[in-house]
Amino acid sequence: MADLVKFTINGQELEAPAGMLVIEAAKQNGIEIPSFCYYEGYSLQAACRMCLVEVEKMPKMQVACTLQVGAGMVIRTETDQVQAARKSTLEFLLTNHPLDCPVCDKGGECELQDMVFRYGAGESRYTETKIHVDEQQWSPVVFYDAPRCILCFRCVRACDEGMGVSALGVVNRGAMSLIAPNKGDHLECDECGQCIDICPVGALTSGAYRYQTRPWEMEHVGTICTHCSDGCKTTLGVRNDEIVRGNNRDRSGVNGEFLCIKGRYAFDFSESTERLQSPMIRVNGKLEEVSWSKALDTIAKKFAEVKAKGGKFGVIGSNQTTNEENYYLQKFARQGLGTNNIDHQRTGDVVTLVDALSGTTGRLAKTADFYESQAVLVIGADLAVEHPFLAFQIRANFRHHEAHVYAVTADTVREDLVATRSVRATRGEELASLEALREALAAEKNLVIVFGDSIKGDKVRSLVAFGETLGIPVSYCALVDYSNSRGAIDMGLVAELNPGYHASGAAGASIDEMLAANDLAALWVVGSNPLQHTKLAASRAFVVVQDLFLTETAQRADVVLPSASAYEKNGTVTNGCGEVQRLKRASATMGTKTDLEIIGLIAKEMGLAPLMGPWLPETVYAEIRKSVKGYDIPLPLVTIGAQQTAPVNGRVGVDSRPDLIRSSHDNLFTSGTLGRYSTVLNSVIEGRQSR
Amino acid sequence: MTFSPELEARFEKFLTKYPADRKRSAVIPMLVYAQDETEAITQELIEEVAKRCGVTPLQVEEVVGFYSMLHKKPQGKYHVQICTNISCLLVGGAELWEQATKKTGIGHKQNSADGRISLEEVECIGACSWAPAVQINYDFYHFVTPGQLDKLLDGLAAGKKPEEITEVQKVSC
Amino acid sequence: MRYNPPSPLETPVLSRRFRLPNSQSIDTYLATDGYKGFEKATGMTQDEIIGEVKTSILRGRGGAGFPTGMKWGFVPRTSPKPKYIVVNADESEPGTCKDRLLMEFDPHQLIEGVLIAGLAVGAQQGYIYIRGEFRYLIGVMDKAIDEAYAKGYLGDNILGKGIKFNLATHSGAGAYECGEESALLESFEGKRGNPRIRPPFPAVAGAYQCPTILNNVETFCAVPSIILNGGAWFAGLGTPKNGGTRMFCLSGHVNKPGVYELPMGFNLMRMINEVGGGIRGGKKLKAVVPGGSSCPILKADECDLAMDYDTVAAAKSMLGSGGVVVLDEDTCMVNFALRIMRFYAHESCGWCIPCREGTTWLKKLLTRFHEGQGQRSDIVMIGDLSKNMLGRTFCPLGDAAAMPTIAIVEKFREEFEAHLDGKPCPYENKGSYFSNSGLAA
Repeated sequence: MADLVKFTINGQELEAPAGMLVIEAAKQNGIEIPSFCYYEGYSLQAACRMCLVEVEKMPKMQVACTLQVGAGMVIRTETDQVQAARKSTLEFLLTNHPLDCPVCDKGGECELQDMVFRYGAGESRYTETKIHVDEQQWSPVVFYDAPRCILCFRCVRACDEGMGVSALGVVNRGAMSLIAPNKGDHLECDECGQCIDICPVGALTSGAYRYQTRPWEMEHVGTICTHCSDGCKTTLGVRNDEIVRGNNRDRSGVNGEFLCIKGRYAFDFSESTERLQSPMIRVNGKLEEVSWSKALDTIAKKFAEVKAKGGKFGVIGSNQTTNEENYYLQKFARQGLGTNNIDHQRTGDVVTLVDALSGTTGRLAKTADFYESQAVLVIGADLAVEHPFLAFQIRANFRHHEAHVYAVTADTVREDLVATRSVRATRGEELASLEALREALAAEKNLVIVFGDSIKGDKVRSLVAFGETLGIPVSYCALVDYSNSRGAIDMGLVAELNPGYHASGAAGASIDEMLAANDLAALWVVGSNPLQHTKLAASRAFVVVQDLFLTETAQRADVVLPSASAYEKNGTVTNGCGEVQRLKRASATMGTKTDLEIIGLIAKEMGLAPLMGPWLPETVYAEIRKSVKGYDIPLPLVTIGAQQTAPVNGRVGVDSRPDLIRSSHDNLFTSGTLGRYSTVLNSVIEGRQSR
Repeated sequence: MTFSPELEARFEKFLTKYPADRKRSAVIPMLVYAQDETEAITQELIEEVAKRCGVTPLQVEEVVGFYSMLHKKPQGKYHVQICTNISCLLVGGAELWEQATKKTGIGHKQNSADGRISLEEVECIGACSWAPAVQINYDFYHFVTPGQLDKLLDGLAAGKKPEEITEVQKVSC
Repeated sequence: MRYNPPSPLETPVLSRRFRLPNSQSIDTYLATDGYKGFEKATGMTQDEIIGEVKTSILRGRGGAGFPTGMKWGFVPRTSPKPKYIVVNADESEPGTCKDRLLMEFDPHQLIEGVLIAGLAVGAQQGYIYIRGEFRYLIGVMDKAIDEAYAKGYLGDNILGKGIKFNLATHSGAGAYECGEESALLESFEGKRGNPRIRPPFPAVAGAYQCPTILNNVETFCAVPSIILNGGAWFAGLGTPKNGGTRMFCLSGHVNKPGVYELPMGFNLMRMINEVGGGIRGGKKLKAVVPGGSSCPILKADECDLAMDYDTVAAAKSMLGSGGVVVLDEDTCMVNFALRIMRFYAHESCGWCIPCREGTTWLKKLLTRFHEGQGQRSDIVMIGDLSKNMLGRTFCPLGDAAAMPTIAIVEKFREEFEAHLDGKPCPYENKGSYFSNSGLAA
């Protein structure tokens, strides 16, 4: 760390590391120096000139965003001269900026508005004509209203430096300068919306949010994105129980302000008109709407009957339900129904990794490690497409810390742009390339190894063996698909494992085995769609499905129960790095219940309420804390931010089933079942197909 | 995209002038020479230059709008540029510009119907001490009188090449 | 000089070959001490070369007047990165047309200057960034470069001494902003010509982020004579703090406009009257732009001064690029201010707010004002808006637009008032703008 130097701002004696930018040093000490173009984490522009300050012994005012603090520097940020300069810069900006604030999406949370409110003139001296350019739509997501643009170039940098996409540029010159998309009249990009989010004014607006609401009409609920397993916090703007916006401007959560298209816009599946809103029972081959009590009663009776006859149950859980729901479901299956036939679609070999790392501590990578570690090795995964936030972290690590990135993948990946070494290897054969990297990797200070589902079973053991002989601290991350894929394993939605990676003893049937078993008497599917591409072998099995939509599996059900989405419930989820985070209910869909409540109600109908305990998330979490290794974390801590769990430290004691691991390899615009019901994601896909 | 052998040779030279990993330096020179042959900067040219210089088409596009010589619209066969900046202004540059627009009936950055002449009111072209100055394509004309301008415009409109308009001498080689 | 007859008052140093037949050819050059300075420099240490340039008190001829020797001294010679010499031949400051001549009539002098700079800092590659409009000069320079390669003055083993230096031209494409050194480097790298944040300065991180010497054509052209004849000799040609001669570009309402090489410190009134043959048509002098359009204008009674950096600065203007633009009594200063602002609004790169929006606003305001639609409050506002740009823009272009405007409003306020109340421009049809063509031809 650089030496501390003493300097003063506005008469206050302060200290900061030598070389720190004045604007940052001021911020750290609670002094705000206004700026449009300066943006923490991105390259310096010094273009907006809002951050001019007076510095003693310097003849001209200086821009605080490029000036570094020096010993003895005397800085003044609020003198008459400085205020006059800000006022005049704003006056210049407003010459061509339209004053259409009443109909501008940004009105009420616009940085230009705020700045004019603080420093600007009450009246305008500008009487000449304004430059007008028509609004353009660049994609289903991105609209550009050029006259509002103040050319701070934040969007250009967010796309170029942040995303590594470089889909935005600047065209023309002088006052005619415009931001332009990479394909002439449209964008071809990740559609992440970072450019819109970072825009200080209403120049870039989103197709999903524009003209929907005034910002002050929304309530803001911070919860966790339900799509991929990166565990990004998304702050949902809710009006009248309807989600109208997603962003994370407060930079809370592991992701700061990063969100991809799914976290930012694909909450819309939850508002889909195709949501199930009433339980249904199959009558004469057709599903008919019934009351909750009728549906629950039917299920309870049937389950009790099958149990009494010693019939075969199959229980399939979800990659997206909460830890509480998962725990509760497996408890019901194992203790209530007396079966170990419980599983979920496994997407990454966390089990072997935990086993291979037995006897060590702190070797599971945290999300932060992707940003802080000196080196990252990516094996068999296209992170920018499947795990956009981890990819963002790696790029930021490269930009800010000159991290060394190594990519061993089948195809070119975006990580190649920042990679020290990129190696192409056939899928599944990636490990053969590692020896060639050994020398370089061993010379790193520390390393994160992240791998996809091509590395499973013994390959995970070989990989760990390789990492453990590098002689440097290595941490690992086995990628999984969805928001709680990791939690599903931790909570024991696995036939051979109880919660906390304890062997379940009498191994039950896996999903594949359940679906193939002719003698299956009852199948209970919670938030999963195993019959999308597979037929259920047991044609006479009684099938109960809890879901948001009438999926292929739900269409086969005898009883369908409408469940709440992740944005409609409280609870916790665990991301791919094992960090547990809290879901907060943002909205509600009439007629639905959370899966936790549904499970609880079925238990109650079956007289199992005393065994199962109350179906309150907090109560179930308290039980998880007590009984699941690594989850003994007080809920308030989880509420504050992600807490990494540490699973069992010891041999897992069962053979993991690499044959059952199948990632769905969703891309940026798909997200399993949920993606099929997202208007935004589909509009992007259709837009591309039509081109 | 194919170019004349002369232009190809020039491009090849451009791409060896700069360090091997700095081919982007050739973007502007390529565009400025290529547009003379392709008549304007087309999307195809942008993509070709991007490919040859190892940049994205957007990075080329960013440059095209920045530099005033680069044009996406074809110019006349003879692009008549009249300087009206201060030194020329003081000695009749603005009047020459008026005269040219009246005579040809076309305005700033417009082309004559037959495509032979286009006009542009330009900023200082570096002939201040020999003002007023006019540039036709890349040739300079110094101390241009209204009479000389008339002859130039008449001659060009009549199908002559500038060098065939012997009453007015260009000065640069 | 081919484009205007010489003046007997000139001190031809850089321009001494202009009158020779075939002055562009390497044979003419070699026959007149050509490449002798370079040969001498090959026997000098880097410190000796830079020392000689420092002694000469050569100051940057592009406009800012920064001491050249000092600039060269900033190059970190131990840097493992390659070093570059870049010639700023993007001559585009209104009123300035000297670099064109230096390249056209003595291209080898420039090459030799670049070679010496290369020796001084250990660079092996140079580029001449020539504004795109000077297409023919690219041909001239390319031919001269080919000659220099053929005669062994460029290449991998220059003069058999194991010296390596390669040189190439580079075409711009029309952007005044690229005359600013950091914008020029951006443009050279194939990007928009936006200026860079400085520091680091080009001496440390210039072309391709490598140490780079970047000077104006005229600056490099002075170097061979300095090395050959000694820094002290060159310094002695000028005034104490302003070494050497200067290519002055006399334009506007003088009888004999032209580019003249005069000693630093030459009196401006003498320049107008004795070199330039006085104001044409026997009219009175109104004002002079002493160093290109960005310099604050001097009123007639301020013009009896020595043309060196310090004296002109003391008169609250700048020696600038050597473009001396002379205005007679019938010139409309409102129109003149408007033309200057139109130029800067056109050339503003758009990077920073005050320059981008300020120049555009002022252009519109001055246009309206000159058309007779001005109000009294506009006069104050013109000065006010200019002052709001001054010192607050990213690069000097904003200052360049503000400074002359502020000076014109302050010094010629009565002319602005004469345009008020819908009155037509009082200078219309006074004949000031009509061509004097043929006078100097």
